[in-house]
Amino acid sequence: MSDTVYLAAFVAVAAIATFATRIIPFLFFERHTEHPLIKHLGRYLPAAVMALLATVFLQRSGDWSATVPGLDAILAGMLVVIIHLWRRNALLSIAAGTAAYMLIRQTGILDSGLAG
Amino acid sequence: MNSLVFRLTLPILFGYLPLGMAFGVLFTTQLDYAWWAAPLMGVVIYAGAGQILAVSLLAASAGLLEVFIAMFVLNARHLFYGLSLLGQFRGAGWRKLYLIFGLTDETYSLLTSRARTQDRLHELDVDFRITAFNQVYWVIGCTLGALLGRNVAFDSTGIEFALVALFIVLTIEQFKALGDAFPVWAGAAAAGVAMILLPPAHQLIGAIAIVTAVLLLQYRHLRTKSIAEGHSHV
Repeated sequence: MSDTVYLAAFVAVAAIATFATRIIPFLFFERHTEHPLIKHLGRYLPAAVMALLATVFLQRSGDWSATVPGLDAILAGMLVVIIHLWRRNALLSIAAGTAAYMLIRQTGILDSGLAG
Repeated sequence: MNSLVFRLTLPILFGYLPLGMAFGVLFTTQLDYAWWAAPLMGVVIYAGAGQILAVSLLAASAGLLEVFIAMFVLNARHLFYGLSLLGQFRGAGWRKLYLIFGLTDETYSLLTSRARTQDRLHELDVDFRITAFNQVYWVIGCTLGALLGRNVAFDSTGIEFALVALFIVLTIEQFKALGDAFPVWAGAAAAGVAMILLPPAHQLIGAIAIVTAVLLLQYRHLRTKSIAEGHSHV
């Protein structure tokens, strides 16, 4: 598969998968919106899914062979939590956490600091 | 009416321009594809976290089935947005398909929280314009970011952390709206179990399955409890 064909197929599949999540309730659940189980999942699942995504991707961005395993990701993640609880400005929290992580990664500041 | 819609969507403009730019920069600095594929994704996929995740999937040349599952799972929260808008979108006619297509986190939050009059058709027209304005902001952000990433040379190592930061922020927002930490801990624990037991490719779907099972058990538990309490009051 050439690069362009792969990209076109990728975008098409991603678009269909995303649209599917948005249209399925309108196609299948029109009659079940009042069911208590659907309401229960609708209430709790979004928070649970966000927490599990944050956990999985936080783990994947950590360097687990460093002197203190995963410290780079944990520090940047903590910074996002603290700044977000403090100012509650999504953009600021994301920018600060990403900048901190980029700084840690690009300068290797954690390893040199701890080794020296 | 457009100036009203512009005022309503202003906060989303401030969120979507920079986030779209982050995606555009990520796309052009991490991948070798043509820059215009970034705004194209903003037009046909239109999902913030989804598109940022798509960059890492593209970088890994992920299989198409994996792409479908990852995007579906990541956007599964949208399933529940639709549930609360079934009534509101009724009678939207030709606009309905686009309203559904454009149902991002931010649009959903605006459509469900803004003040509405009795004039349903008029309000649906406003909903439609809000959705379209938001997507325009998003596509402009993607375009600017892609051009910036292509023309300005800088070390973008670590910029993918924006995705993690976004998920952390969304988790906190969900927790604040819910006032209950149980699903947050359940989600984090399910992720931990899945990461120990499963290979990386299956961890997301595995964790979702685990946490859904936990929530079903919680539902059963709450129901038996409320039935028991109901009897004790009699």
